Amino acid sequence: MEETLLDIELKEKEEYIINMGPQHPSTHGVLRLEVCLEGEKVKYLRPHCGYIHRGIEKMSEKLTYPQLLHLTDRMDYLSAHINNEAVALCVENAMEVEVSDRVKYIRTILAELTRIASHQLWWSAFGMDLGALTTFFYGLRDREKILDIFEETTGSRLIQSYITPGGLMGDIHPNFQKRTKEFVKYFRKKLPEYDQLLTGNVIFHERTQGIGIMSKEDAIDYGVTGPPGRASGFHCDIRKIAPYSAYPLVKFNQILFTEGDTFHRYLVRIKEMWESLSIIEQLIDNIPPGETMLSLKAIKAPKGEYYQRVETARGELGVYIVSDGGPLPARIHYRTPNFSNLFVLNKIAQGHKIADLVAISGSLDLVIPDIDR
Amino acid sequence: MTREEMTALVRGKFPDVKLGSNKQFPEFIAAPDQIHSLCTALKEDAQTKMDYLFCETAADRKDGFHLVYHLTSSALGHCVMLRTVLTDKAKPEVETVGGIWMAAEFYEREIFDLFGIQFAHHPDLRRIFLDDDWVGYPLRKDYKDSFTLEH
Repeated sequence: MEETLLDIELKEKEEYIINMGPQHPSTHGVLRLEVCLEGEKVKYLRPHCGYIHRGIEKMSEKLTYPQLLHLTDRMDYLSAHINNEAVALCVENAMEVEVSDRVKYIRTILAELTRIASHQLWWSAFGMDLGALTTFFYGLRDREKILDIFEETTGSRLIQSYITPGGLMGDIHPNFQKRTKEFVKYFRKKLPEYDQLLTGNVIFHERTQGIGIMSKEDAIDYGVTGPPGRASGFHCDIRKIAPYSAYPLVKFNQILFTEGDTFHRYLVRIKEMWESLSIIEQLIDNIPPGETMLSLKAIKAPKGEYYQRVETARGELGVYIVSDGGPLPARIHYRTPNFSNLFVLNKIAQGHKIADLVAISGSLDLVIPDIDR
Repeated sequence: MTREEMTALVRGKFPDVKLGSNKQFPEFIAAPDQIHSLCTALKEDAQTKMDYLFCETAADRKDGFHLVYHLTSSALGHCVMLRTVLTDKAKPEVETVGGIWMAAEFYEREIFDLFGIQFAHHPDLRRIFLDDDWVGYPLRKDYKDSFTLEH
């Protein structure tokens, strides 16, 4: 039978577009991916964000620095302490004041506990993305202990707003050191279980090795930082590049790989948890005595522009403040890690199956409120 | 590279570029029609190799929209801050740097969405957060909608 024009047209258009999200379990939030498929293969995809755009930057223009701090928790809620620290450091640099060593130590310990808690949750959800439900129970079991430590000291489990410009909201709980040490001891025993469950698993290898390879050039070009950037060999750990708080005092390794596939993005986070444990151990016994809050008359940034980079659990967070000298910022901008990490997805998922897209986007560890702000 | 060396290098190539007053990073203020060639030069020069644009954003100031670029080199580690001022607030337009750094394409979409700055030759300039039929640009200081409170 002769091929009609309609047949040819249909053959040429053997692609269809499906929407993954905004309410899809593997997007971990309200993100819509418009995926163009050819059979089961991803031809290209277009991310649509903004479903939970709250206008944090606009709101912040009407708030003082200690007030706007509370909104930063709600960006990357799994790195709440680190987001607070970024704003606090930026304002302190602007005011040219320095907090006591005690505050620096506590901030760093809290930041590393946050990083571990965030990676635990990611590990739990990543296993689930790939169909392994047990990881969720293991991960949340251990994360609970960190949240308990946070609750005792800060009064809050998820969004703490504990680190403020000038220091901390209050001193740590008397049990803080004891419980943190107990946790470190406990988690050093439990972390090898994570490896037993996933890292050495053959099915897991099949699903992740060689999938979604990101080159170092792409990582730099798209501005992909954090564990995904370091899995591709991009030296982007702000704790090493521009050390802040107590990071200059501790010894730790920046985890770098060159492979850049889903498996190595996974491996970076597992190894980072070991490094975080070691950082906490170096600091926890040596917290020096001192003031936890500077006595500042008014928190005002002098006229000028200030930028602060910190390393959250997901990559580089930048806080850019334009000040006219008053208690309110004229403009505040957050360069959030997830925003930059998202758009590389189109590049690295092309040619892979749609099931692999779930693995790839899971390995980027996206937190959607951080993209939308 | 030190601040002085960076200044000498940039001023040698672009004599019109003014020095900014930022204490943290060496800051250069370029004219809007010059920013693209300045960015290209900073990326391609073997001495600077600015291959990583870590922040691009805008601010609504009295004298116009300030576009600010924060660049660094992944290999050499030095940072620089570029600024250009778009004085025509009614019709702000500048050349895109999306062709130089892929990341800029998305930062610029955000700036277009919230400030209404047009980026010439941008391949995909659409709103990124707000709906396509949204009226106005929220991060402008004169923005008003039905939810704005009068003090």
